[in-house]
Amino acid sequence: MSVNEYDVAIIGAGVTGCAIARQLSQYSVRAVLIDAAEDVAMGASRANSAIVHAGYDCKPGSCEARMNVRGNELFETWCRDLSVPFNRCGSLVIGFDDDDAKTLQDLYERGLANGVPEMKLLSGDEARAVEPSLSPLVTKALWAGSAAITCPYQMTIACAENARDNGVEWRLGARVTSLTREDGCIRVAMGEKSLLARYVVNAAGVYADEISRMLGDDSFTISPRKGEYMLMDRKNTCVRTVVFQTPTKMGKGILVSPTVDGNMFAGPTSVDIADKGDTSVTAEGIAQLTEKSKKSVPGINLRAVITSFAGVRAQPSTGDFIIGISKAEPRLIQAAGICSPGLTSSPAIAEEIVRLIEKAGLSLAPKADYCPTRKAIPEFRHLSREEQAELIERDPRFGRVICRCETITEGEIVEAIRRGARTVDGVKRRTRAGMGRCQGGFCMPRVMEILSRELGAPMTELTKFGGGSRLLTGILKEVDD
Amino acid sequence: MKTQEMICIRCPMGCQLTVTQDENGYSVTGNTCRRGEEYGIQEMRCPMRVVTSSVKVTGGQRPVCSVKTAQAVPKSEIGAVLGEIAALRPSAPIHIGDVLAGDIAHTGVALIATAND
Amino acid sequence: MLVKKYDVAVIGGGPAGLAAALSAKEREPGLTVAVIERDKALGGILQQCIHNGFGLHYFGEELTGPEYANRFIERIKGSGVDVYLDTMVLELTPERRVVCVSAANGLMAIDAGAVVLAMGCRERTRGALNIPGTRPAGVYTAGCAQRLVNMEGLMPGKKVLILGSGDIGLIMARRLTWEGAKVVLVAEIMPYSSGLNRNIVQCLVDNGIPLKFNHTVTNIIGKERVEAVTVAEVDPRTRLPITGTEQTYECDTLLLSVGLLPENELTSAAGIDIDPVTNGAVVDETRQTSLAGVFACGNVLHVHDLVDNVSDEATLAGRAAAEYASGQASRQQTYAVKGVNGVRYTVPQRVHAGLDGKTDIYFRVGNAYRPATAVVRCGDTVIAKRRKQIMTPGEMEKITIDAALVTGDLTVGLEEVNPS
Repeated sequence: MSVNEYDVAIIGAGVTGCAIARQLSQYSVRAVLIDAAEDVAMGASRANSAIVHAGYDCKPGSCEARMNVRGNELFETWCRDLSVPFNRCGSLVIGFDDDDAKTLQDLYERGLANGVPEMKLLSGDEARAVEPSLSPLVTKALWAGSAAITCPYQMTIACAENARDNGVEWRLGARVTSLTREDGCIRVAMGEKSLLARYVVNAAGVYADEISRMLGDDSFTISPRKGEYMLMDRKNTCVRTVVFQTPTKMGKGILVSPTVDGNMFAGPTSVDIADKGDTSVTAEGIAQLTEKSKKSVPGINLRAVITSFAGVRAQPSTGDFIIGISKAEPRLIQAAGICSPGLTSSPAIAEEIVRLIEKAGLSLAPKADYCPTRKAIPEFRHLSREEQAELIERDPRFGRVICRCETITEGEIVEAIRRGARTVDGVKRRTRAGMGRCQGGFCMPRVMEILSRELGAPMTELTKFGGGSRLLTGILKEVDD
Repeated sequence: MKTQEMICIRCPMGCQLTVTQDENGYSVTGNTCRRGEEYGIQEMRCPMRVVTSSVKVTGGQRPVCSVKTAQAVPKSEIGAVLGEIAALRPSAPIHIGDVLAGDIAHTGVALIATAND
Repeated sequence: MLVKKYDVAVIGGGPAGLAAALSAKEREPGLTVAVIERDKALGGILQQCIHNGFGLHYFGEELTGPEYANRFIERIKGSGVDVYLDTMVLELTPERRVVCVSAANGLMAIDAGAVVLAMGCRERTRGALNIPGTRPAGVYTAGCAQRLVNMEGLMPGKKVLILGSGDIGLIMARRLTWEGAKVVLVAEIMPYSSGLNRNIVQCLVDNGIPLKFNHTVTNIIGKERVEAVTVAEVDPRTRLPITGTEQTYECDTLLLSVGLLPENELTSAAGIDIDPVTNGAVVDETRQTSLAGVFACGNVLHVHDLVDNVSDEATLAGRAAAEYASGQASRQQTYAVKGVNGVRYTVPQRVHAGLDGKTDIYFRVGNAYRPATAVVRCGDTVIAKRRKQIMTPGEMEKITIDAALVTGDLTVGLEEVNPS
């Protein structure tokens, strides 16, 4: 096989694509992970609810239901192997009236049909005993003990790193511009560059329909659905479980949830939009989040909001995940339309897609030296004083705190860059530098200095998240130089 | 006759002054004290400003070192002063108070370093 | 872990920390004093404030920020105060153990006889304001941009819109203009500026930069880099944007100068009482907090508009810390000081009874008044009164009381006011 020939090309480095890459990396295959963005986790995987759903709201018999329940089973092990935060805090769907009570009963029954464990219908008081911050108007709730929270971009990054450790190549900043059949393979063109792959996995998120059409499969379309969020400062968290309202036809509704980092958020809104790249936050969205989150948790402190953001979910025209071998092109395996519960399902989708690749004709021999574990970047802030001292002894850069809000050290930032961070946001997602209450106001210039030094790139070329997101417009007095 | 509106900056009152110049000299209205009158006339006759900026440094710890004009210069000369500052390339070490240009933009005022580098 | 003992440990080497350390050493030269600074150099935020206007009250002359800082740094050099640079404090315990970390010393604990908190403040961000729009590169707090320009020699943008007319925003408007950028607008949500008149005149008017009161940013446009910013007029009563007044300005940068917040994470974690209005510790007239032997001064206590006042306050705190550390802290009962009738807060919030001499009470008003009279009452008795032609939220006010007259709780309020 020449340098540019692969067994499998995975298009899309979100959590779906990266989980597939990781699952595939246990076999002796040449695989490449491709994304248009300059980092992994740049689409829906960087901005979603971070919930490992129990699986009671998927339609029984659907692909979503199967993937959700299986994904929930696998998730904790994946997180443990990959050093990704995971907290099985459980979830509550709360109801305020008789209509809601009926919906909760339906959800409960669906859950039973889907094989969801640890569910219980609670009275308002029982629910408040579980979650004291709930509104006194809550009359009924559905408890799901298997629901958990995690960190979606950490999960994505961890899968991508583990896949790379096991031989999967990354091609980031490479937008796929065409797919053509060539000698029993598929030529994947990325602008001027191209590669040959025997099989292509389409995990391109909101762009999956466009990728699919490149090989003549127009059996589905993907429409973007935006969800806005508000994130609150750590010292103002008041929930310990995930609090949902009853779902609507637009999704699971606005929830209030703790995060694995000790913050709390309210979101998402759910609005169908025209532009797949529209991650703007709106005044209407903020107003809606304010109203709905206060309905669930009246004591929520919205003055503690440290940032608002939006993610775009890939809503499939088929009403279900599209997982299978394309009918138009047997070398194209679809992992498309992965909307909610996509994060939860990702390990299950990975299993399924790898089975499908084998079914499509690729023989998969287990790799002798496969390593299923990946170590996280040391987190200075979570270590005991003894461990901190030891870490600094080994590498004094762990003694220099760069982000004061989150206590992130230079050692962590340097390690993040070594592992692939190329931008300020890349460093932020891998280390949390800039995620605290000052939102990078203090540490951003310092992070830029470290990026510039480690990458050997001038400050003026650094970006926030790649492409045209340049942070600076020039240097002082440059006209005269 | 020439008239100019301005905010007095001598105290937090921020009086809205109207300064008029005619053959009899200057007159100020809108002020509530003597200092306002002085300010208005000075601003009309020849407004003066201290210019603070930074110069590029060769071989220093930091790429730039902060500077100021040792005294205020006429407001009309600020552009010329900034132009000369932009062209300066002093070498480290630089100490606070070092004269980096003896007569910046022919104002008769020195440009001095305000930081060490 | 390396453990050291100091009589007085000062957290922060900016203007407050430096003045406090010097004052402690001056009061009790026999004491050991340490300053712990997270940056590579002393001076704090003053090092990036290269404009002039500092020190008129304290030194009787106009200095730039680095010059003002340097006056204190030079004095520190020969004072016997130990300085730990590039060192971050991780924790302050109620037993006054200061745990800090640096590349040079690793983890280090300082057991201190007295502690002075002088960590300064941070800027409010876009998130805190919930500004809608995209999240592109090119949105900076004014102080962050100031650091990039003045410390790193880098330009954050070429065409800039500034939200907030605080002093840093005004100063940056001029600074960026003088470096060749175009500042298209300064928008201020309030009907007045929290910045000094002098800065409005010399930074904006001098440079032809428009300032719009009762205006705020309602949208940020641009996927990768800021491309435009929408500004709308607000209803002066609700401060909510008025539909139909939106105007979009093409620009590549949005600077935020929308307020400062005292940085009290260590303080709160140590269990020290925080004043919800100042976001700083509750202190007595010596700037002692609710935790005995721990003092606070400068912007960590309440946000000041003049560094000269920071130096004065830190001198008080440093002196008191030295007295505490040398066992001279026998004190009478304290009484509460409360802001009423237009006075938003006071510092100190408590005063001791039965003292000699004078005590200064600093306060801020919640609105602009021309004129106004501030009155301090102890019960029904007026113990101090001060009339001024103008009082504004942007200007910290001071009233001096005769400490001997404090026999109960005090109120500071405005009387005979004329809101404008």
